[in-house]
Amino acid sequence: MSAQTTGPANPQNSSMAKTIWRDFGMIVVLVVIFILCSLLVPRFLSVPNMKALTLAVSMTGMVACTMMFCLASGNFDMSCGAVVACSGVVAAQVINLAAPVFGGAVGMILGILASLGVGLLVGLVNGVTIAYIKINALITTLATMQIARGFGYIIGDGRAVGVSVEEFFALGTKSWLGIPIPVYITIVCFAVFGTLLEKTAFGRNTLAIGGNEEAANLAGIRVSAHKLLLFILHGLMAAFAGVVLASRMTSGQPTTSQGFELDVISACVLGGISMAGGIASIWFAISGVLIMGILQNSMNLMNVQTFYQYVARGLILLIAVIFDKYKQKYM
Amino acid sequence: MSSLPADYMEFVHISKQFPGVLALDDVNFSVPQGSVRALVGENGAGKSTLLKILSGAHPPTTGHIRIADREMAFEDTTSAIDAGVAVIYQELQLVPELSIAENIYLGHLPAGSMFIDYRQLWDKAFENMRMVGLGDVSPKVRVGRLSIGQRQMVEIAKALTRNAGIIAFDEPTSSLSSRETDVLFGIIRQLREQNKTIFYVSHRLEEIFEICDSVTVFRDGRHVATRRTMEGLTRDMIVKDMVGREIVDIYHYHPRPHGEAALKVEDVTGPGLASPVSFEVRKGEIIGCFGLVGAGRTELMRILFGAAPRRSGNVEVFGRTVDVKAPADAIRAGIMLCPEDRKKEGVIPGLSIQENTNISARRHHLRMGFLDKRWEYDNVMEKIRALAIKTPSQRQLARNLSGGNQQKVVLARWLAEKIKVILLDEPTRGIDVGAKSEIYDIIYRLAGEGIGVVAVSSELPEVMGISDRILVFSEGELVADVPRAEATQEKILSLALPQESKKHFRGEEI
Ligand SMILES: Nc1ncnc2c1ncn2[C@@H]1O[C@H](COP(=O)(O)OP(=O)(O)OP(=O)(O)O)[C@@H](O)[C@H]1O
Ligand SMILES: [Mg+2]
Repeated sequence: MSAQTTGPANPQNSSMAKTIWRDFGMIVVLVVIFILCSLLVPRFLSVPNMKALTLAVSMTGMVACTMMFCLASGNFDMSCGAVVACSGVVAAQVINLAAPVFGGAVGMILGILASLGVGLLVGLVNGVTIAYIKINALITTLATMQIARGFGYIIGDGRAVGVSVEEFFALGTKSWLGIPIPVYITIVCFAVFGTLLEKTAFGRNTLAIGGNEEAANLAGIRVSAHKLLLFILHGLMAAFAGVVLASRMTSGQPTTSQGFELDVISACVLGGISMAGGIASIWFAISGVLIMGILQNSMNLMNVQTFYQYVARGLILLIAVIFDKYKQKYM
Repeated sequence: MSSLPADYMEFVHISKQFPGVLALDDVNFSVPQGSVRALVGENGAGKSTLLKILSGAHPPTTGHIRIADREMAFEDTTSAIDAGVAVIYQELQLVPELSIAENIYLGHLPAGSMFIDYRQLWDKAFENMRMVGLGDVSPKVRVGRLSIGQRQMVEIAKALTRNAGIIAFDEPTSSLSSRETDVLFGIIRQLREQNKTIFYVSHRLEEIFEICDSVTVFRDGRHVATRRTMEGLTRDMIVKDMVGREIVDIYHYHPRPHGEAALKVEDVTGPGLASPVSFEVRKGEIIGCFGLVGAGRTELMRILFGAAPRRSGNVEVFGRTVDVKAPADAIRAGIMLCPEDRKKEGVIPGLSIQENTNISARRHHLRMGFLDKRWEYDNVMEKIRALAIKTPSQRQLARNLSGGNQQKVVLARWLAEKIKVILLDEPTRGIDVGAKSEIYDIIYRLAGEGIGVVAVSSELPEVMGISDRILVFSEGELVADVPRAEATQEKILSLALPQESKKHFRGEEI
């Protein structure tokens, strides 16, 4: 069973330790930050705050799952914040229009389907433009971001659209065993996309494409189709997050989630997912999302003004990527 | 510490420890000025690592370098460049988006008051380009548009402008045509006359006798022997030092029975081909494709594999027409390709050996849609053993493997597939003698199982050594189909030369 070995006797152990550190290093950082905040920030470790915290990160968490796949394949997507807003407005409008005709339940289903349709469409446009026409992902998604944002305003007529069917609010506002529904959804997303990345050929192929696209193509991976699928998945996920958010806010708001895409990308990168592609793990996404969430939550608790929060978050991200650079170099 | 001119520079007790790999183990030897020193050894013996230490790219774990009378411990590449060291790596370090001239002078671009003085840049660059035989290319051409051989020459021109006293070449000829190789050897001889110290790494032992004054042999990171090429040194002696045993006949060809057609190519055209190509490979047959660099062989392989578009023509595999639009289609149809440029097209550097090996065949081995890691582990371990891939663990990232071992990983990828036809583009480029002979064994074994094999190679002895039939390409055309029995070096070579130089070859003038 032994490979050709050169050098010291236990290379297996040292590389094992390294793998563990690489995969779970950020989790350790997360735990440390959590403990520090619990000790230093008043009211941090309280049931209502934990509820607020997990609810606050649930949106970023969901979308981070598919953003992770985009990043892993060497792409990224700036349009997801606008998709969240637009799909929320679409859901609200369609529910309001359909509910009087078909009844509340059918109206809700139609609303959710319509909003997922928005995500599908944006994902399709992004995917086709990037994977087949081969336009740069940054430019493409910047364009679709503005288009989606614009349609959000147009469809909502520039205002928030209140939803008339109350059952719709359950998705975002109800709790089960004291934990809000969106948190469960996020946990399920982490589990599903984590499994997809680590345990399926789909995940491995994504990493291969991000690692060396030409080699992946010559190894028989259908690169363009794969990328298209990633963007569609990501669009659908953003749209779904938009539905959950609209449900939580009881209305579709065209102004919501400005800069959300940057929060998601920051969280992923903070956790250790490479912007250059090829390196990703669900643990990176989870730890990045939670670290960002905890720090923001603590700053809120300590009444740090929003302007300073921006500065602090920027600094944290900068430190994280520099740290990551050295981590990679050291390995 | 006084020194004779005879040992101008010295490696003093150099060791290099990578995680899990002792790449260099107390290496100690010296080199005189005005001479060419060959560094040879099996894949992963530590040659490239030594050059990286020389260039400051990696610090040694222990030991130091002495140049003239000064002890050096290069912290980074700039200090090595300042000390007069230029290393031309196995994997070229050029910026494809920039012009040749900009690449040559990168880091010390001639500036006017504030802006780059392009006139001067182009003139100066062109002078250097002429020295390396690139006189017919404009210095304004982007490097991305050059062939691998031409890029190599740009890299050499870059080293020349730095006026380095120590110049090291890591497998420079593996991507050069024979004419370019001659140009390179001319340059090396010139440099030797200018009293420079030259290191030359190659797996082609004939070249070492042609151009080097002495040979240093490495095995498993250790310095085994240094010998002068003059005093009755033979190729077999070097090989024995390298692998620790004798290799009698590396090709050990023996005829096999051939079946019906495995691959039938009819009037195929596409980018890089000047006229339609037709040929046939029978089951169990090994076809060698010879030609000079740029003759269209790689392009043909890429078209057959779906990596480049086929404009017209018909391809049959095992008697059935296949429509290959993408590599994935080719693989489904049973056609595999080992590409020429392993770094760019072969390995995925950030994934492990296990990942790289299993990328393709695992789709046959999913368990309820999930990766079968047990199978993947067994498969990679078997391949590591079969191909003698040198690595501490199957979890090692592909980027940390030596060049030759990366090549083996790409080959390993296909061996678990259901192969009907395998296209090998320079399968032994950068592979050491011992492993070469093992790769030939694998090729024979594949052929023996009834697979059609097409092997592209720029090494004539290799093509003649393993092929049942040789297709000769010249300037994008298939010019001849020569059975093994009728193949002679002169015949194949003269067929491969471009029309223009064929006249010269027939004896008018050179
Ligand atoms: N960055 C690295 N990290 C870990 N191991 C490395 C690294 N670079 C090289 N190695 C290992 O060091 C050993 C020597 O590699 P090196 O590239 O010097 O071999 P080489 O003699 O140049 O081989 P080849 O003929 O195949 O190019 C190999 O076992 C290789 O896997
Ligand atoms: Mg090497």
